[in-house]
Amino acid sequence: MRWTMRNLDTIAAAMATHVLLVGAALLIAVAIALPLGIAVARRPTAQRLVLGTASVLYSLPTLALFALLLPLLGLGFWPALVALVTYAVPVLLRALVAGIAGLPPAVLDAAEGMGLTPRQRLWQVELPLALPALLGGLRIAAVTLVSAATVAAYISAGGLGTLILTGLDQGHTEKILVGAGLVALLALLLDQAIGLAQRRAAA
Amino acid sequence: MIELQGVSKRWPGTAQPAVDDLSLTVPEGTSCALIGPSGCGKTTTLRMVNRLVEPSAGAIRIGGEDALAMDKVALRRRIGYVIQEVGLFPHWTVAENVATVPRLLGWPESRIASRVEEVLGMAGLDPGRFAARRPHQLSGGERQRVGVARALAGDPPVLLMDEPFGAVDPLVRGDLQLEVLRLLRTLGKTVLIVTHDVDEAVRLGDAVAILRAGRLVQHAPAAEILAHPADDFVAGFLGSDRALKRLALIPVTEAPHRPGSAAGPPLPEDATLRDALSEMVARGVRVVPLAGGGCLALDDLLSFASGRPDA
Amino acid sequence: MEAITQGLAWLQANPGRFGETVLDHLLLSLTGLGIGIALALPLGVAVARSAWLAEIAIGGAGLLRTIPSLAVLAALLPWLGVGFTPSVVALALLAIPPVLVNTVTGLNGVDRAARDAAEGLGLTRRQQALQVELPLAAPMIFAGLRISAVQVVSAAALATFIGGGGLGDLVTQGLALLDFGRMLVGAVAIAALALLTEAGLGVLERRVAARVGA
Repeated sequence: MRWTMRNLDTIAAAMATHVLLVGAALLIAVAIALPLGIAVARRPTAQRLVLGTASVLYSLPTLALFALLLPLLGLGFWPALVALVTYAVPVLLRALVAGIAGLPPAVLDAAEGMGLTPRQRLWQVELPLALPALLGGLRIAAVTLVSAATVAAYISAGGLGTLILTGLDQGHTEKILVGAGLVALLALLLDQAIGLAQRRAAA
Repeated sequence: MIELQGVSKRWPGTAQPAVDDLSLTVPEGTSCALIGPSGCGKTTTLRMVNRLVEPSAGAIRIGGEDALAMDKVALRRRIGYVIQEVGLFPHWTVAENVATVPRLLGWPESRIASRVEEVLGMAGLDPGRFAARRPHQLSGGERQRVGVARALAGDPPVLLMDEPFGAVDPLVRGDLQLEVLRLLRTLGKTVLIVTHDVDEAVRLGDAVAILRAGRLVQHAPAAEILAHPADDFVAGFLGSDRALKRLALIPVTEAPHRPGSAAGPPLPEDATLRDALSEMVARGVRVVPLAGGGCLALDDLLSFASGRPDA
Repeated sequence: MEAITQGLAWLQANPGRFGETVLDHLLLSLTGLGIGIALALPLGVAVARSAWLAEIAIGGAGLLRTIPSLAVLAALLPWLGVGFTPSVVALALLAIPPVLVNTVTGLNGVDRAARDAAEGLGLTRRQQALQVELPLAAPMIFAGLRISAVQVVSAAALATFIGGGGLGDLVTQGLALLDFGRMLVGAVAIAALALLTEAGLGVLERRVAARVGA
């Protein structure tokens, strides 16, 4: 534990970068996925196209995506951010579309019958009811991004992955375990926290 | 035959037993309908006979053998089991579904094949058309026929049926009930059938056993229960029209008829006194002609029905 | 772009090396996947019937799933060192959760009436499981297998960080030597493999679902 005690500031900085990466990526992804999801929710052909593309993007292994973006965007924080957003958007899209599609038709029918305009229906009925599903997607996205951000250390983006990778390089067990442990903890925390919010929203 | 003696079932963590000291005998070759309000323990009782539920106390004998001492898997292969949702295996064809028990019993392939054909025919399904079909391609009525065929395939002496016609389209239900009953009677099977529908119980059961809160309240032939309910609960459960239900059990041929003829189309030979009464009301007459000759008068119907000793 | 031409050039110059690396990657993936399935499938069948055991299993799987792959790979180093073995162990660990969860939920999702009928007709526990429950749960179990396979093939790319070999090597070596051609070939190959696995197993999954007559 000696190394840890002497390098708390490095560890803290790595954690901060990691959280920043994940948080920023999630915010941007929501900003993209929300309007996009709403736009295609009612248009089946567009939906298939968008979800299909999204699916392919999500399936790209982390290291591959970073490497592919490297010639275009170089190394560092921002390219990593782009990659993370690319991962998060498909997850959120799929969750949003599924959430809206899963709404009971009777509720939507009633809303229309009572005289709500499409926009009012969207903001007052559909989105609030689709919230649990959306939070579910957010939960998966968050966990995925914590994992992806770990690899982002490889393209010099910073974050807890740096501890792991340098630890592996140096054969420094403590570094590896601290890095791996913290990243696992972060993922679990986010998973539980958003899960809690999801359960509250569904109640 | 099926014999239950002092059978009880108490689920862990509950104060009241689900079935409380029940004693019931279903003579061989007859059918007994178990009825009662929901939660009365009728399904639990049924499921104790093939030990899908193990009794907490009491004895169960089937064909004289102690069912509780037998290996329960072997026991179940000798009992036909038909449930409301049928539970056909979706990944097998109709033929494969029906062949389940014969296969488990190790019959030779040729015997299985001919038995499947035979039993599908008995259940009113043309083997040529249905054997290769999959459950999802069948209607509700067809599915239940396959369920009955599957239960009969191993030629078990005893059949257990749990609300077997509940999921069948009401238009089809009546005919299917009668067909199945006739079949089971012809085959001489001993049948225990659970239903919440009094009309069905009365139509299908040689005897009716009515349960309440896990206890047997009355067990008697249908006509007797309808004529002499044991208490207010039974009377209430049977319905305020139980006298009419009783009429449905008596064929017109048993009532005295007068010679001569009457106006209007004659009643068919298999009509019941209830049908006769219904026709009289519909036509606004006091006499109806019978297909076999002669006619039936309302006064005769009433005096016969009320004076008739119930066996 | 010139990166593409660089990539093609490297490929042309090193077909043997490329082929070897692909095989390495496949070996890693298949071994890890195989072990993971061999552990998760029977475990799933065993715990499916017990409500609380199933909950523990699914909870545990959920936990494992949340941990980043690189963390799992790296954390084994202090005990298993570098190379093939720790990589395979890590991949096996990563393969378990989807298969376990889908096996349990698949089995428990089988039509209750069919299960009741199977027991009532007189099939033994084993016969019920083998002849009715597993076949009917097959589509869901297969979906778990597919998810697992894609996970493993993707995570195998990270084995390069603990000296496990595989296509990830092309990426890391490429970056280290500033050989962008090699790096790109590695990246594209990893991506293509993952996508092919997803697509190929997806087709098989639909076939399995159709056979069950859903």
